[in-house]
Amino acid sequence: MILDVHELDVHLSGLHILQGVSFGVAPSGVTALLGRNGAGKTTTMRALVGLNPGTGRVLFDGADLAGKRTHERVQAGLGYVPEDRCVFAGLTVTENLRLAARGETDLDLVYNLFPELLKRGQQQAGSLSGGQQQMLALGRVLQNRNRLLLVDEPTKGLAPKVVTEVAEALERVGATVPVLLVEQNLAVVRRLAGTAVVLAAGSVAWTGDATHLLGDAELTTSLLGVGR
Amino acid sequence: MSTIVLLAVTGLGLAALYFLVASGLSLVFGLADVLNFAHGLFLSVGAYATWWAADFMPVEAAVLVGVAAGVATAVLVELILIRPLYRRTIEQVLVTVGLSLAGVALLQSVFGADPRPFPRPTWVEGVVPVFGARIPADRFLLIGAALLVFVALAAFLRYTRYGLIVRAGVENREMVTALGIDVRKAFTLVFAIGGAAAALAGSLAGIYFTTVSPGTGGSLLIFAFIVVVIGGMGSVPGSAVAAILVALLQQFVNYYGGSGAGDVCVVALLAVVLLWRPKGLAKA
Repeated sequence: MILDVHELDVHLSGLHILQGVSFGVAPSGVTALLGRNGAGKTTTMRALVGLNPGTGRVLFDGADLAGKRTHERVQAGLGYVPEDRCVFAGLTVTENLRLAARGETDLDLVYNLFPELLKRGQQQAGSLSGGQQQMLALGRVLQNRNRLLLVDEPTKGLAPKVVTEVAEALERVGATVPVLLVEQNLAVVRRLAGTAVVLAAGSVAWTGDATHLLGDAELTTSLLGVGR
Repeated sequence: MSTIVLLAVTGLGLAALYFLVASGLSLVFGLADVLNFAHGLFLSVGAYATWWAADFMPVEAAVLVGVAAGVATAVLVELILIRPLYRRTIEQVLVTVGLSLAGVALLQSVFGADPRPFPRPTWVEGVVPVFGARIPADRFLLIGAALLVFVALAAFLRYTRYGLIVRAGVENREMVTALGIDVRKAFTLVFAIGGAAAALAGSLAGIYFTTVSPGTGGSLLIFAFIVVVIGGMGSVPGSAVAAILVALLQQFVNYYGGSGAGDVCVVALLAVVLLWRPKGLAKA
């Protein structure tokens, strides 16, 4: 496993949000982190990258992340694409990419995946469409040599065409770098994920083969509250 | 006409002081979320260090000593007192208010409470005729220094990596760390920049007011806070525009409306801007 999470607990504003979450992320392919709204998916992602304080044990490629601050975890190779993109609106596309660059970067990959970013290099990120902002958020992380990507709801609120583009990019990236993906769009999960971890009320409710989960209507409905 | 020109140029000189104090204060608040009530102390330290050093060297060189003292004070305050308290707003306010009070008391105990005559370069003693008005030359020194600092800050923010980090951090500090950047180094840097600008303001305030006293920093800090709020937290151009608005309003209303009326109008301007643009002029 590239990432081992053991008994992760997170308390926020007096609420016990994550209650002993344990799961692993395979060293290749895409692992989907699923669950209904409020199950704790984003809290888990934020805790893994050190943005939410948590207790428990998180091993990244065998190294304990305890005591490591957010920037140290990212520098160790944990690339994080947050929910809602969080691009810097006042900075240009190029400046957003330049800010996120760590060491040797592969901008060719980014521009190859998202040619739009090359065309709009001098445009302020705040004036991009939602889809373009998502491309930028992904591009910021994909340019670096990461050992694991944490990608939180990359298709949220996007037009179907852009969803396809983002899914294609993640599929291509997932072939070389393992990805932990939070995603509500089950078609995207079906296309990308080999393994699924399902959270319910702050705990792991199910772990297994993603195709099996999404192929079982009863299981999907009971765990995710949606039909196929 | 000559009165209006005199008031305008004098107002711009005062605006230069407000801008120098407010720009650092604004960057520190915008990036680090620290409402630094001790910022006036950096100004006072700079002024007194210049005043002290001028006994041993030309005033121009003494100003550099003052700026260095301001930077050192600001960096020490950030590293020792502020850094352990990030994200603890109440404690930060208590510490910086306490430090500003203790700083004034310390300066009083060392240098006395009375204003001291401030050394002035001989080349600012004269007057410059402008459209019939006789403008004291020191006003142009203040305006020129503020312009230089404005251009330097703009270049720093626009062209350097740390400038990029500061601009991004003002928008979303958490996301900067999530890109693998240790934003705390940028906090120290903006404190150092703020300390330098405030200390320069302290030296220039001494030249402008011809004296220095322990309370100088505190009195300028009040208007600097108003400038920061009107200009928009974290915006250097916003601080520049707001400083000009506040200082000109203050000068003209104090002259035509009576002493003290200008200060009231400044507070009224603050209220109007807060109602019209709650995030300040720079942030619609």
